[in-house]
Amino acid sequence: MRAAAPAQPFAAALPWWLLILPALILMLAFYAYPLGEVLWISVTEPEPGLGNYERLFTSPAVQRVWMTTLRICVITTVITLLAGYAVAYVIVSSPPGRQRWMFLLVLLPLWISVLVRAFAWVTLLRRQGLINEALLGAGLIDEPLRLIWNEFGIAVGMIHYMIPYAVLPLYAAMRDIDPRLVPAARGLGASRFEAFRHVFLPLTRPGIIAATVLVFIFSLGFYVTPAILGGGRTLMVAEYIKLQILDLIRWGLGTMMASTLLAAILLLLAVMARIVDLRRVFGQG
Amino acid sequence: MDRSAQAGPLANVIAWSALLFLLLPITVIFPVSLTDQRFLSLPHEAPSLQHYVTFLTSERWLSSTWQSLVIAVVSTILAVAAGTGCATGCWKLSTRATELVRALMLLPIIVPSIVYALGIYRLWIRLDLLDTYLGVILVHGVTGIPYVVITVSTALANFDPRLEQAARGMGASLGQTLAWVILPRIMPGVLSGAIFAFIHSWDEAVLILFIASRALFTLPRRMWDGINENLDPVMAVAACVMILLSMVMLAADLWVRRKRDG
Repeated sequence: MRAAAPAQPFAAALPWWLLILPALILMLAFYAYPLGEVLWISVTEPEPGLGNYERLFTSPAVQRVWMTTLRICVITTVITLLAGYAVAYVIVSSPPGRQRWMFLLVLLPLWISVLVRAFAWVTLLRRQGLINEALLGAGLIDEPLRLIWNEFGIAVGMIHYMIPYAVLPLYAAMRDIDPRLVPAARGLGASRFEAFRHVFLPLTRPGIIAATVLVFIFSLGFYVTPAILGGGRTLMVAEYIKLQILDLIRWGLGTMMASTLLAAILLLLAVMARIVDLRRVFGQG
Repeated sequence: MDRSAQAGPLANVIAWSALLFLLLPITVIFPVSLTDQRFLSLPHEAPSLQHYVTFLTSERWLSSTWQSLVIAVVSTILAVAAGTGCATGCWKLSTRATELVRALMLLPIIVPSIVYALGIYRLWIRLDLLDTYLGVILVHGVTGIPYVVITVSTALANFDPRLEQAARGMGASLGQTLAWVILPRIMPGVLSGAIFAFIHSWDEAVLILFIASRALFTLPRRMWDGINENLDPVMAVAACVMILLSMVMLAADLWVRRKRDG
C-alpha cells in the first residue's frame, strides 16, 4: 500500500471523484440498497420483530436444512483441501515447463460455466449415465449405482468446482517457501514424512487457512450445482431460499435464511482477515 | 536444484487423480454432443451432427444465444466503463474513503448470488424492470464491476504515478491525461476485466432465474430448464457452444497476459 497521500485540495480531488461516481451510484442503488432491503424484510415481514429468526431455534425444517448444508460443506471442504494440497504440492515441485501445463489444467474448469459442468456431471452420474453404463458393460455391477440426486452427487459436483479455488492460495503459499528447507531437513536425517510434517506443512498454514475459508464460504451459498445434482431431494440453504421466495412466496422466512447465510459468511471472512492478508487472497484473481 | 524429489508417490497419485477428475466432465461433453441417439449418451454406431442441426435450426436456442450475447456485450461495456473509472479514481486519490469504496466494489463476489437475487427481484418488481433487457443488463453490469476493478487496480499498481503528474505538469487536461497517458498503459488490465465481466454475464445462471421469466431466456436459463425437464441431447450442443466461447475468452486472456508480460 502506498503511504497516505497528503490531503488533496478539494478542487484537485473533485474530477477524480467524478470518475468514481458512476460505479459508486450503480453499486449503491442497484446492489447495496437491495441487499439492505433483504435484511430489512427479514425483520419486518410478516410482522415486525425477530419472529423469523426464532425459527432457527424452533423449526425442525430450518434446522435440517442448515445441518444438511453444513455437513455437505464440511465434507466438500475437507476433500477439496486434501486434493488441492496435493495438486499445489506437485505443481510447486515440478520443473517450470510442466508447472505451466498443470496450471492450465487447474484453471481450465474455472473458465467453464458452472451450469455446463453440473450438466456434464448429470450426463456422467445419472442412472443411465456414462459411468453406470460403463460399469454395467464391464460386468462390475448388476444394477446401476445411485450416484446422483443425493448428497454424494452434490459433493462430487461441489468438490469439482472448488478444487481450483483451493489450489490457488495453497500454491501461492508454497511458492514462497525456500526450496532448500526440505532437502536440508532430509540431510539432517529427517524422513520424507518428518520433513514434510515438521518443516513444509507448518509453513503453508496461511495458505491452508485461506483455502479452507474460501472453499467453505463459496460452498455455503452455492446454488447451481447443489440444486441440479441434488435434484430437489437434498435441500441446501440456497435452494431452500429460492423455494421460499419463488414457489411459496414466504418472504420473511426466505430473507431470514439469506440474512443468516450472509452473516455467517461475513463472520468467517472477519475471522480469516485476522489471520491472513485478505488483499493477497482476493488480489490474485 | 531438483525439487521433484520432494513430491512423494502418494502426493503424485492424489494430484494426478485430482487433475483427471477436473478434466473428466469437460472431456465427455463434446463426444456426447455427437451422439446418434435420441437421448443423452455417447454415440452408439457413428458420430452424428444431427443435434447440431437441431440447435442451428431451432428458433428457441438461437434466440437464447442471441439474447445472451447482447446482454453480455452491453453489460460488459457498462461494467468496464464504471469499473475502470472507479479503479483509476481510487488509485489516484488513495484515501481512507476510497479504500472503503474499493471494498464496496468487491461486495458482489463475496455475497452469494442467491442473497442478492432476493433483493434485486423485489426492487425490480417495484420498478417494473422484471423480464426487461434494461433490468438484466443493469444487474449483470453491476455484478461485473468487481472483476474490472480488480484487474484495473492490479494494472495501476505497476503504473508510475509520476507519469500522470508529468503529463498534467506539461499542461495536459485530465481527459487528455486519461486518454493518452493512463489508459494505454493499463489497457491489458482493462481488457482482462472486460473478458471476466463478459464471461460473468454469459454464464450467469442464478440471478436470471429471478429477474427474467418469459420475454428473456438466456442460454444458461434455457439449459437450466432443459436439465430439470427433458435432458435433450441438444443440451450437450448448447454446452459445447458455451464452452467454445469460454475457450475463446481464455485464449484472449492468455494473449493479453503474454503481451503485457512480454
